[in-house]
Amino acid sequence: MTLGFYPGCSLKGSSREYAESVLAVAKAFDITIEEIKDWNCCGATAAHNMNRELSFALPARILSLAEKQGLTEVVVPCAACYSRLTVTQYELAKDKELKDRISEVNGMEYKGSVTILNIIQMLDKYITPKLEGKVVKPFDHKVACYYGCLLVRPHEILKFDREEDPQSMDEVMLKAGATPIDWAFKTECCGAGLSISRTPSVGKLSGMIVGDAKDRGAEAIIVACPMCHSNLDMRRKEINKYLGEKVDIPVLYITQALGLAVGLDRKELGLNRHFVKVTV
Amino acid sequence: MSKIGVFVCHCGENISATVDCARVAETSGKLDGVAYSVDYKYMCSDPGQSLIKSAIKEKGLTGVVVAACSPRMHEPTFRKACAEAGLNPYMCEMANLREHVSWVHEKGEATTEKAIDLVRILVEKVKYNQSLNAIKVPVTKTALVIGGGIAGIQASLDIANTGHKVILIEKDPSIGGHMSQLSETFPTLDCSQCILTPRMVEVAQHPNITLYSYAELESVEGFIGNFKVKIRRKSKSIDEKLCTGCGLCTTKCPVKKIPSEFNEGLGMRTAIYVPFPQAVPNKPVIDREHCTYYLKGKCRICEKVCPIQAIRFDQEDTIEEVEIGAIVLATGFSVKQPDFFPEYGYGKYPDVITGLQFERLASASGPTLGEIRRPSDGKVPQNIVFVACAGSRDEAKGIPYCSKICCMYIAKHAMLYQHKVHGGKSYVFYMDIRAGGKNYEEFVRRAIEEDGVNYVRGRVSRIYEKNGKLIVKGVDTLLGAMPVDIEADMVVLATAGVANSDAEALAQKLHVSYDAYKFFAEAHPKLKPVETNTAGIFLAGACQSPRDIPESVSMASGAAVKVACLFSQDELTRDPLIAVVNRMAPPVYSSCVGCFLCVSACPYQAIEKEEIKNRAGEVIKTLARVNPGLCQGCGTCVAFCRTKSIDLQGYTHEQMYTEVMALLNEY
Amino acid sequence: MSSDNHHSALTELGAELLEQSDVKVTRCYQCGKCTAGCPLAGEMDYPPSLVMRMLQTGRPELEEKVLRSFTIWVCLTCEMCFARCPMSIDIPKMMDQLRQKSLLEKKTNRKAKEIIAFHKSFLDSIRYTGRLYEIGLLADYKTRTLKILDDMDLALPMMKRGKLGIFPEMIKDRSGMASIFRKTNKKHKD
Repeated sequence: MTLGFYPGCSLKGSSREYAESVLAVAKAFDITIEEIKDWNCCGATAAHNMNRELSFALPARILSLAEKQGLTEVVVPCAACYSRLTVTQYELAKDKELKDRISEVNGMEYKGSVTILNIIQMLDKYITPKLEGKVVKPFDHKVACYYGCLLVRPHEILKFDREEDPQSMDEVMLKAGATPIDWAFKTECCGAGLSISRTPSVGKLSGMIVGDAKDRGAEAIIVACPMCHSNLDMRRKEINKYLGEKVDIPVLYITQALGLAVGLDRKELGLNRHFVKVTV
Repeated sequence: MSKIGVFVCHCGENISATVDCARVAETSGKLDGVAYSVDYKYMCSDPGQSLIKSAIKEKGLTGVVVAACSPRMHEPTFRKACAEAGLNPYMCEMANLREHVSWVHEKGEATTEKAIDLVRILVEKVKYNQSLNAIKVPVTKTALVIGGGIAGIQASLDIANTGHKVILIEKDPSIGGHMSQLSETFPTLDCSQCILTPRMVEVAQHPNITLYSYAELESVEGFIGNFKVKIRRKSKSIDEKLCTGCGLCTTKCPVKKIPSEFNEGLGMRTAIYVPFPQAVPNKPVIDREHCTYYLKGKCRICEKVCPIQAIRFDQEDTIEEVEIGAIVLATGFSVKQPDFFPEYGYGKYPDVITGLQFERLASASGPTLGEIRRPSDGKVPQNIVFVACAGSRDEAKGIPYCSKICCMYIAKHAMLYQHKVHGGKSYVFYMDIRAGGKNYEEFVRRAIEEDGVNYVRGRVSRIYEKNGKLIVKGVDTLLGAMPVDIEADMVVLATAGVANSDAEALAQKLHVSYDAYKFFAEAHPKLKPVETNTAGIFLAGACQSPRDIPESVSMASGAAVKVACLFSQDELTRDPLIAVVNRMAPPVYSSCVGCFLCVSACPYQAIEKEEIKNRAGEVIKTLARVNPGLCQGCGTCVAFCRTKSIDLQGYTHEQMYTEVMALLNEY
Repeated sequence: MSSDNHHSALTELGAELLEQSDVKVTRCYQCGKCTAGCPLAGEMDYPPSLVMRMLQTGRPELEEKVLRSFTIWVCLTCEMCFARCPMSIDIPKMMDQLRQKSLLEKKTNRKAKEIIAFHKSFLDSIRYTGRLYEIGLLADYKTRTLKILDDMDLALPMMKRGKLGIFPEMIKDRSGMASIFRKTNKKHKD
């Protein structure tokens, strides 16, 4: 079967291991991934902070391209892109005037017919039902599943999992042989877009997350968002400074952990690209 | 030839400020069939009514149109005035010049024209009015009180003390309700059980009260004064007459780990149990969902130990049929459980409890014998946080209303905590302190000033557990919205008061209206607070909206007086504005063809089949017949009848047609 | 009878927020739950509930303070306030609108210089290539803020791990991209 794919910018750059692990897992389960041709950046935080119309035009162009390409389902692994695409789809469905205006800005017809899947929805739909018997190396570790903000909020629009104490990632990891822990920072913000412009704030916010995971005995933190990953992994120096100790719990994308469980190669999953060494 | 009088009321300035009342009266006077017309400042006043009465007598009026306010309030007034002057009261009609004209339109020509139109159509209607006689029905002088909390207890005792019989039914094994669970009561801090249990005993011993505990309402038929009620008496699995309440069975029952409802899950009970030591009746029931014998067919220890062989495993539910004249609904309320609050941990932290659970901890009869110990490890909390409006005033959670009782019980809880845990610190997160009531505000001030409770104005965003502490993330909005984090040992949520889960089903069974939150609806928010829209059914206590003990008790006494008023009459009169199937001379008998669509349409089961027999006793025709005792005059059958054989008295086809034609025709 | 419409109590800004963000400032009853849960409330000059209060007063000088605040820029749009608001007030959506108004009216807070510079660098990067060019973004940001040395220790290890592409990824339809930016551009040229 074939599934549309919107990688987004991070997955082509600083988080390329996320893309690598998504593609590796898809391949292992015979899913053909078809990338949207000539896709553009979704605009991320910058667009909706600075220019409302632009923040809808950019994702709408992506969705129009997918429609033109005949894709009916598109997986969007980056939680931030997933949020921007879904919010755009929601707002344009609600407001015809806005939809017409955006189609005109983009010079492209926008129908809104594409089904957008985040990574957990994709796993739930196509991978976990076939997981039984394929787990050759159970990911036998205590894991803290970290959902962050944009995967679950706002619920009114995303309608995915529950806003407080979500469970969907925990369930996937349970099936991969892991022991998900009950912890308190599943949906607290890591600092996301302030990573570069206000690094100390990010050290504190991400520090509280890593600190709680550590206090409760997590051996790995599992994420589904490149921004969460960058902050928790690459900002570990600032995090450790905030915590006042050296914490070396690795941060894995959920597809990396799942890939390990089904016996994929560590390098194929991009585990060598992390700042905090993946020892699990 | 009709001689109609038109009486135009100014309603002070309510009508006359926008409508030219003098012109309405003058123009009406020229209408065909109008013999007299006049305008006056207050037609409902004594002189106003005299004006109508003398006009009837002097001018020999055959019909009256009063152009004034809504008939809801004053139609009875004016009809009574007509009757006193010798005119059939149903020959009087009201045109609503206030709600339908002056209050909704600007002053002007068109407004006065509309007022004249309304008078004109009623003048035409009155020409077709017929003299009607009020319907009389008998009254059964026994009341049914549903719910044995403080409201039901008070209502039962008050009705019983007027000399009338009362049947009190309670779904739980004991009466007492939420009040029996409370520790002390605000604003006096007297012990809840000490003031309640004497009343409970009084109920059990009162010669006029029949108490059915462990019983529920099965069905209700009939109408005011004449209800037929079925009561399901759930099997207690014991012979109540034999049982002495010695309690031996409850001490020997091997199933001991059932969370006690009375202790809000903070203590355990056995499968055969009495909910609490002061229960009334003080006799056990077997909880069949947990009893080993009912689950596995073995055990029967209670049967073996019972000194008088009172255990009855094969006992079945029984249905009691009773005739009832009035019903008082006093079914109370429930509280939201901690799992309703995702941001406070979905109920996964044992030391985040509800206010009702705190009552059990603070109660001398509770699981900790009145010591404040937290559920998880029995330690005395040194830091305690009370969260007001947990669920209440929260539109996003579907509960926009204020639960009203929480502000006061939080103050009481914090005060009790400070009295019991010396050196402990208590915090209250609140939005507003609503302490309206005698000595209430003073009580809250005492908690703050004398007992040192820390009141912080702001709502809690989140509670999570960290290193054995509950981290409460709040805010102090009086300090420029400063985030406040408190490390607490225990958190008490003042959870919203909500309707019982079966309230809607019960309301539908009784044909009683309810609001969007499933609280039973009063007939009028100000002037009929204890009546419902169904005659003969009254409300008491928190089933109508969350309320505290003094309010529940007053409301119960109010409902009892309403019942007593009803029972003071031997028969009731009702407006004859009911449906009637037409009757004609034989051999037609009626234009009704016996399709009986009306029977299925009637919401009150008021239409029966009537057989017309010839002299030989053979059925020659079957017609519909409306039971005047049951018909509520809603008119649904009239709309359904294909042959137009049913008419609503006072609103006949002819009258309605005349009104419309009067409006359409030029004059 | 007067024929005032329902929103007559709102100021011009209040009406604008209602029109474009569905946020009616009068709905806020100042419970403070947004502030209590906001991860950045401690860094804001006016925490979210205080912003709501300032807007409720309708006093021009307070509205002005909101538009000139640091709050609106340090807000991360983590959506926590909206998720927990008992009155379902979409504060994040409102923040977007306040930011854009602040930009248009050239009232941006001085402390937010770096944050805004980052957003501008980000958008510039995609304006010309269609996708984010991370090295380009960093270089541009550093030029704008003169924070040359920050994060230099990250760049090298990132490159070593293949996390920074040396060359930009370019989409084919770059003229289409430029046109989107042109058509959605309001007056706020920098």
